[in-house]
Amino acid sequence: MKNLLVAQNVSKSYGDYKAINDLSIEVPAQSIFGLLGPNGAGKTTFIRIINQITMPDTGKILLDGEPLQPSDVQHIGYLPEERGLYKSMKVGEQVLYLAQLKGLSKKEATKRLNYWFERLEIGDWWNKKIQELSKGMAQKIQFIVTVIHQPKLLIFDEPFSGFDPVNANLIKDQILQLKEDGATILFSTHRMESVEELCDYMALIHKSNKILDGKVSDIKKDFRSNTYEVGISPRKQQEFIGDLKQHFEVTPAHYHSIHDDTKLHIKIPDHSNANDLLHHLISLGEVNHFVEVIPSVNDIFIKTVGQHA
Amino acid sequence: MRNLQLIIKREYLSRIRNKTFVVMTFLSPVIMVAMVMLIAYLTSLNNDEEKIVGVHDVSNIVYDQLQEQENTVYLNLSYLDLRTAIDSVDKKEYYGLLYIPSGETDAELSSHVEFFAKEAPSNFFLSDLEQKISGVLSNRKLENTGVNLATIENSKAQVNIKIENFSGQTTSKMASYVKMFFGGAAGYLLMMFIIIYGNMVMRSVIEEKTNRIVEIIISSVKPIQLMLGKIVGTSLAGITQFFIWIIFGSILLFSVTAIFGIESTSIQGQAAATAINQDEMQLFINDVLQLPLGTITVAFLIYFIGGYFLYSSIYAAIGAAVDSETDTQQFMFPVILPLMLGIYVGFFSVIENPHGIVATIFSYIPLTSPIVMLMRIPFGVAWWEVLISLSILFATVFLVIWMAAKIYRVGILMYGKKASYKELFKWLKY
Repeated sequence: MKNLLVAQNVSKSYGDYKAINDLSIEVPAQSIFGLLGPNGAGKTTFIRIINQITMPDTGKILLDGEPLQPSDVQHIGYLPEERGLYKSMKVGEQVLYLAQLKGLSKKEATKRLNYWFERLEIGDWWNKKIQELSKGMAQKIQFIVTVIHQPKLLIFDEPFSGFDPVNANLIKDQILQLKEDGATILFSTHRMESVEELCDYMALIHKSNKILDGKVSDIKKDFRSNTYEVGISPRKQQEFIGDLKQHFEVTPAHYHSIHDDTKLHIKIPDHSNANDLLHHLISLGEVNHFVEVIPSVNDIFIKTVGQHA
Repeated sequence: MRNLQLIIKREYLSRIRNKTFVVMTFLSPVIMVAMVMLIAYLTSLNNDEEKIVGVHDVSNIVYDQLQEQENTVYLNLSYLDLRTAIDSVDKKEYYGLLYIPSGETDAELSSHVEFFAKEAPSNFFLSDLEQKISGVLSNRKLENTGVNLATIENSKAQVNIKIENFSGQTTSKMASYVKMFFGGAAGYLLMMFIIIYGNMVMRSVIEEKTNRIVEIIISSVKPIQLMLGKIVGTSLAGITQFFIWIIFGSILLFSVTAIFGIESTSIQGQAAATAINQDEMQLFINDVLQLPLGTITVAFLIYFIGGYFLYSSIYAAIGAAVDSETDTQQFMFPVILPLMLGIYVGFFSVIENPHGIVATIFSYIPLTSPIVMLMRIPFGVAWWEVLISLSILFATVFLVIWMAAKIYRVGILMYGKKASYKELFKWLKY
């Protein structure tokens, strides 16, 4: 698969402080890529480098296979974490101004703004000032500003912070729609659930270094611990646990269930598989619940950061 | 370039659409004209007050010669004795009592004239009176020595030294004042303009920073483009305001004078009364016309561009370095200081000696040169001096814009960090 955005060994220091250290990532075209990391990890610095707001000390950024150029701003849409609009400027004028700065003609920008007004089902706000709009309404305008020039690459820095749940959902749907339409999306967040839901790929950044990256499903496979969550009604309550412990690692589990089962986490050794465990369990009693424990991104995050701390 | 144009246009429009701007633009000339009218009215009110002056002149040397004037009436109280005269003046609340002693010799007379009054009379009034009395006494002396007064009157010669420079232009002694006035006005205007519009630039930077829109904009354009666009757009708004003031103000002034019938001749009449005769009035007008008005205008524009860009880029950097307007105080003083210095050096040392060493040096230092050089130019400055001053100024302008752009670039993305000078210095190196 073609990569839309490639960063090669990017480093950036502010005085003695190293904001990014030798970062390399590849963002496949038409994917959603999550840039994960705790606050202060260097995500925003990296995003600013892609936006050519900051220049890297060393390293290269390639967009569509070509080194990044000043004219590439028209191919990038950026929603910064710190965002806002001119309060006393009218919506129409403001969006047109910002779209024109991205290289659109006034005519084209007008057409697209009307299209987005329809798409987001918002009324005619053309002559309203931002200060007259509610916060949610202003956020929609902010989103339109980001996408109006139909960029190949969309960068969202903490996109859901500050959005209320209704608008956050709306924006999420729009982001997925934009991906369908062919855009590549780079996400930066420390909120793991949004990565689970949306991202195809991810990279973990911690203390200026990339500590993990790849396809989300691959990473999850790597982090599986061969552990299964089991609910069972054993025939012989006394011997059952002892018997299991001879073959597997067993710890108590907690989950909601309608059965009055014994709830366990069972880790199988590398040489056996789920079927072996299931056979064994069936011989011991009635199995009501059997599911593989898939690590959440949150678990992976905490585990990896813990290893590197 | 297209982006720069867009930014300039937006900045310009948002400035001139601002309500305060509109109000100030149209209200200021009204206020100015109203002030002038008020002052003129109050002054005339003051002069209109009628003064009654008692005169105690037993030997009747002076009283006959005192002519009734518009606002002053002289009452002969010589028939009373001095004490009673003073009391009666006091009781009737006259302006005062002029006492001319009945001296034997003129010398005795002239040194013993007294004026009794409840409150000290105005200097104008006194010197006027002194002039009159000394005229009367001088004439008396001359007559006593047998000189015919008519002969003297006919033989009086009016001397007025005309100054002519080597290229043959004649000026009067008034010319210096005229030059100072024009130079001073230009310098002062420049300073006001720099402060007002520099502040506007700064506020606009702070607004974008607190609005958090700045990061969106600089993901499309270079920070220096945004900064320059802001500076240029604001200056255009300033120039617009300036021209509206001039046009609107002169229309207003003309219509007011036409309606209220305040004639310019009355001002001329007063000028004549303060010993400027018609010839000198003519010369005064010549002086104004002979000023290098074209040079002054061009110099004003060039020095304005230089000075304004120099200071407003500093203002922009300050705006970027702070989070709110209240934090700007610590940086404002060093900016205002050279401007004030320029004005004071201009008013004191340029009047004293426009080509002296102090005036010359300050017209080279870029932070003060726009003001000081503008004040010097009406007195005639060699072209190479102007060239040196401008070269230094514009070299500094480019340097300062470059430095301000660096601080600006870093500052606009810094939140919640209180910037010190040390911090700003570090930003220069990022």
